[in-house]
Amino acid sequence: MLIALLLAFGAALVAPWVTGRLGRSAGWLLALLPAGLTLYFLSLGPRVAAGEPLVQRVSWVPQLGVELAFRVDGLALLFGLLIAGIGTFVAVYAGGYLAGDRQLPRFYLLLFSFMAAMLGVVTSDDLILLFVFWELTSITSFFLIGFQHESEESRANALQGLFVTAGGGLAMLAGFVLLGSMAGTYRISELLASPAVLVEHPAYPLALALVALGAFTKSAQWPFHFWLPNAMAAPAPVSSYLHSATMVKAGVYLLARLAPALGGTPQWFWLLTLVGGATVLAATLLTLLQRDSKRLLAYSTIVALGTMVLLIGVGTPAAIKAMVVFLFAHALYKAPLFMAAGSVDHEAGSRDVTRLAGLGRSMPWTWLAAGLAGISAAGLPPMLGFIGKELAYEGLMGAPWLLAGLIAAGAVLLLVAVQVAWVPFAGRTVRAPKAPHEAPPSMLVGPLALAALGLTFGLVPGLVQDGLMRPAAAAVLGAPYAFDLYLWHGLTLALGLSLLTVSLGVALAATWRRWQPLLLARFGGVRVGPVAVYEGGWRWLLRFAALQTRFVQSDDLRHHLTIIVAFTVALTGGVALWRGGLESMVWAPSGAYLHEFLYFAVILLATATVVRSHSRLVVITSLGVVGFGVAFVFVLFAAPDLAITQFLVDTLVVIIAALVLIRLPSSALRGEGGRDIRWLSGAVAIAGGALITGLLLAVTGLPFDGALTRFFEANSYPAANGRNIVNVILVDFRAVDTLAEVVVLAVAAGGVGALLRRRLGRGDADAARREPDGGAQ
Amino acid sequence: MKSLILRTTTRPIIVVLLLISIFLLLRGHDLPGGGFIGGLVAAAAAALYAIAFGADAAARLLRVRPELLVGWGMAATVVAGLLGMLAGREFLTGLWWVIAVGDQELKLSTPLLFDVGVYLVVVGVILRFVLSLEER
Repeated sequence: MLIALLLAFGAALVAPWVTGRLGRSAGWLLALLPAGLTLYFLSLGPRVAAGEPLVQRVSWVPQLGVELAFRVDGLALLFGLLIAGIGTFVAVYAGGYLAGDRQLPRFYLLLFSFMAAMLGVVTSDDLILLFVFWELTSITSFFLIGFQHESEESRANALQGLFVTAGGGLAMLAGFVLLGSMAGTYRISELLASPAVLVEHPAYPLALALVALGAFTKSAQWPFHFWLPNAMAAPAPVSSYLHSATMVKAGVYLLARLAPALGGTPQWFWLLTLVGGATVLAATLLTLLQRDSKRLLAYSTIVALGTMVLLIGVGTPAAIKAMVVFLFAHALYKAPLFMAAGSVDHEAGSRDVTRLAGLGRSMPWTWLAAGLAGISAAGLPPMLGFIGKELAYEGLMGAPWLLAGLIAAGAVLLLVAVQVAWVPFAGRTVRAPKAPHEAPPSMLVGPLALAALGLTFGLVPGLVQDGLMRPAAAAVLGAPYAFDLYLWHGLTLALGLSLLTVSLGVALAATWRRWQPLLLARFGGVRVGPVAVYEGGWRWLLRFAALQTRFVQSDDLRHHLTIIVAFTVALTGGVALWRGGLESMVWAPSGAYLHEFLYFAVILLATATVVRSHSRLVVITSLGVVGFGVAFVFVLFAAPDLAITQFLVDTLVVIIAALVLIRLPSSALRGEGGRDIRWLSGAVAIAGGALITGLLLAVTGLPFDGALTRFFEANSYPAANGRNIVNVILVDFRAVDTLAEVVVLAVAAGGVGALLRRRLGRGDADAARREPDGGAQ
Repeated sequence: MKSLILRTTTRPIIVVLLLISIFLLLRGHDLPGGGFIGGLVAAAAAALYAIAFGADAAARLLRVRPELLVGWGMAATVVAGLLGMLAGREFLTGLWWVIAVGDQELKLSTPLLFDVGVYLVVVGVILRFVLSLEER
């Protein structure tokens, strides 16, 4: 498993290079990797079905008990197959959809990174490892949503998706740590083995809430649903992969994965059914307002995700069976629908279903794929989607309210299927912004193959029943569960409810043109609920950040310094006084010579000059004299390296400060607007000086531990070939510190260089002309 | 600054300063000195040149951009660390090659390379400040 993951990440790294070499046919070649992974997962099928999960462990952070632990059981296998299988077709599809896009290499890098991370999520057997992969999917999906990064809207939507999912991810991490400390292990299989410990723990509700928050944000549950439709800013391959089949199902996966450990309690039942139900309801209503094919599909995806969460919450064997089948069916029909919508957008120039008609003649194959997938999405026989929906109805038989909601949702799903898979294609008159033509083969293989799979498994559900559906349901239930899948259930209540759903849906679809514009006119511009909260919170956060930055990092250097020094004095001094840190101070100077006092007299005199003078040059030079005075003190106490450094630094500071001061306006030495704040500055400066003096006296008053000095004295020459201890420490004993300081210096130089270039108000061309070293920053 | 006295005296002074800076760099491991101090001396020399002859002249004399010096310096410090790893030891472990030249011995080592890196970074950083400020 580890090797498979490394291969996937490795493929991500070489994909840009391959794409650069092969150009438009790269998709076909690159698709071989996910195809290979699909075969790998298929080969695991028999042993997993036999109840022997694949387990692999490699030590990673033994100090924290974190392992690279992988475990492929029925649930992981189902997800692994979906991720790698659909990934194969998406890779091919993207080659056609983004053909000629100069960013195609970058796209494959991101796509494969995402795929590898997603495989990591579903195969991890360690909570921390799962979290790492989880966040990796958030980050890669951020880049994929914002793929068209020149577009402002695209960037904003990517950021929104990242904030919601990564924010939930942080809550989830807290929940994981809580779970880990409750059970004493981060190993998921061990958590699943001891549910009683977790469920009876007093912290159980908190842990459940935190973990669920992560799952709900990722799977776009109400009230976090709004990021998913906005993520449709991504190109179609991304939408069909991330936002239908894989990433948004990660939350569903997590809940299903932890159901044996955390489920079966009233809290679990109510939390999941309420949130899932609210999601179904909200998304069903919002779907009615959409006209854009991708947004229609996005909202119907939220409906589906809500249904899955609902079913996991109910948790009965029948509900779990329904959840697993529905999840599989949904992935198989939603991905081709997204691809078909993308093809229509690509070849006919629009995603607005009201502006499209009669494309069936010019795009027959796309229509075939969309049609098959649409029948499955509508929950009609003989597709797998029909079985999934029937099972969902049966699973919720005990809860009439939930059932009613699901029927309404089913009707709307049928409406969406009609809008996306029928309306743009049917009819004799062709309406489209540009002359439509059939999509290239690379954009047909995926939708056709996936839709055909949905049909095959619908006709012969026995193909996936034993090998895939039963092990997956068993993993969610935590116990083996034998069931059979049939297309024809007989004349059951569920079939009657299906008929009701279909007639409702057909009625909705037939009259759509009449009521939809009215609905849109009335509610189209209304922005309430979670989106408004998010946007308001966002604005508030930005405003607060601006306010705080203005206060703490003012443009006025003295204000800035005053804040820093004042806070240091208040915090350090306050703690020192409070905790008795200054009690060891020794006041009596002992053994001082007359010439030492002379140095201090020079320093004091220069300081007085600094304070009194009104000429900048005098101030700067006097500050240099202060520094030299301090350097002489180092000479006195036999610290030549320190003294030399101090002399040189002070020389250079005088030069640089003089160069800076020459450029400042004359008001800068006095307070701006005539207000003289030198008394305040003086008070803060004296407090800062007093604090440092006090601390130094307190430190020197403590008994000196010479262990370090003795170590360096003893080892400097034998171990490091150097007699200058200071230098040996810098370049050998503590060389890592020096390395970090070097990096800090380099970063500072970059920042200062860039700032000066802008502040001095030179244009780029001007700078390049005047300075041979210009330009490249 | 167009001062004849300054310009005339600057030339010999910076030669001496640069020699001293290399002297300080090389002897640093055993006696006061080292890459940081040596770098500061060299930077002071260049700053003096920039004040006397202008930033453009200093940049021409330097031939490479200060950013490049910073980059080379960082590369040298990292390479010094990696050489230790190549020898199968920890990152930044010092390696020594002592070569006898006449009756003197020449001590080459990865700490010396590290110190050269520090030297270059310090020179590059300060020159970046001074040249950006001095030009107008």
